[in-house]
Amino acid sequence: MSDSRNEGITCEFLDECDVVWKRPDSLLDVRLHYCPGCGHSVVHKLLMEVIDELGIRDRTVGIAPVGCSVFAYNYLNVDMQQAAHGRATAVATGVKRVRPDRIVFTYQGDGDLAAIGTGETIHTVNRGENITIIFINNGIYGMTGGQMAPTTLVGVKTSTSSTGRDVKQHGYPLKIAEMLAILPGAYYVTRTSVISSKHVRKTKKAITAAFQYQIEGKGGVSFVEVVSNCPAGWKMTPVQSNKWLEEKVFEYYPLGDIKIPDKN
Amino acid sequence: MSEKQLMKGNEALAEAAIRAGTKGYFGYPITPQSELLEYLSVHLNNRGGSFLQAESEIAAINMVYGAAGMGERVMTSTSSPGFSLMQEGISYIACAELPCLLVNVVRGGPGLGTIQPSQGDYFQAVKGGGHGDYKLIVLAPNGVQEMADFVYLGFDLADKYRNPVLILADGALGQMMEAVQFPDYDVKAHTVDKSQWATTGNVTGTHRVITSLYIKTEKMEEINLKLQAKYREVQEKEVRYELVRTEDADMVIVAFGLSARVSHKAVEICRAQGLKVGLLRPKTLFPFPEKQIRDLSAQVHQFLVVEMNAGQMLEDVQRHVSGRVPVEFYGRMGGLIPTPNEIVDKIKMMYTHINSMEASHV
Repeated sequence: MSDSRNEGITCEFLDECDVVWKRPDSLLDVRLHYCPGCGHSVVHKLLMEVIDELGIRDRTVGIAPVGCSVFAYNYLNVDMQQAAHGRATAVATGVKRVRPDRIVFTYQGDGDLAAIGTGETIHTVNRGENITIIFINNGIYGMTGGQMAPTTLVGVKTSTSSTGRDVKQHGYPLKIAEMLAILPGAYYVTRTSVISSKHVRKTKKAITAAFQYQIEGKGGVSFVEVVSNCPAGWKMTPVQSNKWLEEKVFEYYPLGDIKIPDKN
Repeated sequence: MSEKQLMKGNEALAEAAIRAGTKGYFGYPITPQSELLEYLSVHLNNRGGSFLQAESEIAAINMVYGAAGMGERVMTSTSSPGFSLMQEGISYIACAELPCLLVNVVRGGPGLGTIQPSQGDYFQAVKGGGHGDYKLIVLAPNGVQEMADFVYLGFDLADKYRNPVLILADGALGQMMEAVQFPDYDVKAHTVDKSQWATTGNVTGTHRVITSLYIKTEKMEEINLKLQAKYREVQEKEVRYELVRTEDADMVIVAFGLSARVSHKAVEICRAQGLKVGLLRPKTLFPFPEKQIRDLSAQVHQFLVVEMNAGQMLEDVQRHVSGRVPVEFYGRMGGLIPTPNEIVDKIKMMYTHINSMEASHV
């Protein structure tokens, strides 16, 4: 597939240049609806790069959630199903159970995976379904206009916690990755971010590993949490939002592997 | 055709599901349908399918969504409160046009209700049940044989119309034992090509998407119009019903499922006493035998609708009788089944009333 945005651009040194950005084949050549600076687009690109590099597009099935990434299937050129809010892992289970030879992933936000779909998330992981879950945790309901999420930090103001999240009223931010890691059905649980090229590379490595584990079919769920931003919902510039992540959010949601497969 | 076997309704349905080529079953235990789950847990994995006990009916119906999207024959079963939990997922399935088989072995409600048989979920079954304008194809068996037969029919109709099909049974049909024979059914001969839409992997370079989300209003209306056109086609082509002694009847009972079974007996008692009573039994609740009701309303002087609820199908019968003749109702609720004699008493009262009306006009 040709990239129309590159048409007409010529450079006599092109062959000698290093490619610093290339749209993966499986990322459709359309304008994304995500806000400027949002991490979703970066993760979409990584996801499609991994699928192209592993050569699994012809047997991959993706499940899109409800939330900002509800239209993920408009960008990802893999066969996809759009799930009801919170039910992506149940849908993925149905797919995998009748076609165990397919590579199945869900792409879910925090409201989807850690609030309305908590039950499905826990039981899918507990069954050890051989699927990959990409979890975008940006601590807010972006699509509906910036309401408090299960993962919103204490004290953070949202449109439904206007004086800041108060644990007496709303309870505590949910560390669902740590919760899932204790289940025997969780094979690989890791937490990354995409705030810099270093972190982007780490995230790609994690997504690659998550799919490789599924292809090998050794264990159970491979789970990659990307702690991401929501400049529009947080009412920050993209740069401010990344700074906030580094200064506050990573303290509560520390980056790194939470559970790695037994190397033996 | 197989040998005759004595089986429970739930087990006969489960056995037929395996023979009809079910590749995935996803369900959650609830009385009075749990035998279905138990039977499939033992047999399905050894006979070409995959059985999974879900963590809830909500998860189960969404597993059905995913598996149906792979183009495989898949199903779930439940009883009333569980069917309520599934409604959101069924609405998505109907809009995404995913063929699958649903079974509701109805128990008495509302609320947690009772585990005894009921027909209280008629409205929920035939009027949509979840959000938005959609319809299920609804089949109403009247015994163990049809519990099995309607599985094959259900899968065939689901595949033909890309629409969820519901078998609306009740606790008695699920639990009672009768002789049943399984037809010779060649799954391959009944297999429909789903490669245009099933999301089995992007091999062509153009991906397939299963969704019920159409944010542009014109597109959403277009999808709705397409669904409505399909429902009209189903109404035209797929009505199924049984008539008992209606040729010369001056009164007709309309009843489905177990109520029709009891009503059949009431017809026999009435006929033995010289009363010209017949029975119309819809086998499909959607599509409803509208024309047959209209035709009979030109022949009979009154209808009696018998149901195990407060009068739900009654409204559909009234709609198509359109006031031409009186439509009376007899029903029991709370898990009770009407007896033939209760129905005969009601019929005799109706004849007395009509005769006295006629006498007063003389």
